[in-house]
Amino acid sequence: MLNEQQIYDILSEIPDPEIPVITIKDLGILQRVEIKDGNCEVYITPTYSGCPAMKLIEDQIQEALKEKNVGKVSVKLVYSPTWTTDWITDEAKEKLRKYGIAPPLHSTVDKGVLIGKAKVLKCPQCGSQNTEMISQFGSTACKALYKCLDCKEPFDYFKCI
Amino acid sequence: MTKQEALFSYTLRLGDNALILGHRLSEWSSKGPLLEEDIAMTNMALDLIGRADAMLKYAAQVEGKGRTEDDLAYKRGERQFLCNLIVQLPNGDFGYTIARQLIMSAFDLCLYEELVKSKDETIAAISAKAVKEVKYHLKFATDWTLRLGDGTEESHQRIQKSFNDIWMYTGELFEMNEVDAILIKEGIAVDLNSLKARWKKIMTEVLLEATLTVPADAYMQTGSRKGVHTENLGYILAEMQYLQRAYPDAKW
Repeated sequence: MLNEQQIYDILSEIPDPEIPVITIKDLGILQRVEIKDGNCEVYITPTYSGCPAMKLIEDQIQEALKEKNVGKVSVKLVYSPTWTTDWITDEAKEKLRKYGIAPPLHSTVDKGVLIGKAKVLKCPQCGSQNTEMISQFGSTACKALYKCLDCKEPFDYFKCI
Repeated sequence: MTKQEALFSYTLRLGDNALILGHRLSEWSSKGPLLEEDIAMTNMALDLIGRADAMLKYAAQVEGKGRTEDDLAYKRGERQFLCNLIVQLPNGDFGYTIARQLIMSAFDLCLYEELVKSKDETIAAISAKAVKEVKYHLKFATDWTLRLGDGTEESHQRIQKSFNDIWMYTGELFEMNEVDAILIKEGIAVDLNSLKARWKKIMTEVLLEATLTVPADAYMQTGSRKGVHTENLGYILAEMQYLQRAYPDAKW
């Protein structure tokens, strides 16, 4: 039977269904793996309460462990500790930027973004800070919609929570 | 009433409020005044239905009778629902929805910021999540209250009328019964009276900045804590529960 670390490593490769350039581990959704009585328990945490990708992620985890020697797999949703964008690694943030999504600022500097006033966000296309929020709710629950006033491109901002 | 029964009732109340308000917001899907607002309202609906899912899952676990969150959402009649009357109100025009959303988001923020300290770990964890999301909802409702209140003569009049009409449903948010008494003693629930001043402060600040008048507290509607609802709830459930009623245990 595979050990907890080996199972974790397999699951670390699973891409996020909405943003396939980063993995569920990069995002901090994959919490831990525990083996209990020869069965495997995988703990995941949602980014947003109503994230519709959670069911898909659960299925992907089941799929990835199918035909692996891990016993019965159960995926458990945990809410504590509460997911925060601060868990996204710097490496993953860079991948987000290259993919065209402005990565979340650290929660301590994001307060100005929450009230929509501070101009601190960099356009992921041209790097200009001359950007403006169009809507604090974007294409998915975890993103807000911005536009760059220099290159005129709209872009998603992975908003900070 | 045992502690377990009280906890079941309390989590149902929290879950039902999120579920029905989420359902109402979802009705804006494809009908928003602007694409961005359409997306915003359905995003908030998603947060609320996600919170309802977590709360009702926990309620089912506390009850311990083998029911699931889906059973609780789809197989209870309206008298068994414990959501406040205000979340059942029809959406009205965009301003009316915004007025209701401001009231509820401000209330949820006050409530869940306290529930983060609950001695019940599950409620505390779901609340921590809720607080982060509700801040965005409150910001959204605040922005639109300012724009409509301080906008044209007509938008000002219409959103003022919305607040005036809805105000009689706000008293009920702070009502407490035996459930609260038992759980406050256990350190699980929050004394709703203690939230009132802060809620009123948020409402007053936003309404005054929007050049609106804070309605006076007069006659207040009541009933939901006893399962006595507005007629709207039956219609909501008729739509929401249709599939499970017509095809019990249908899955896809």
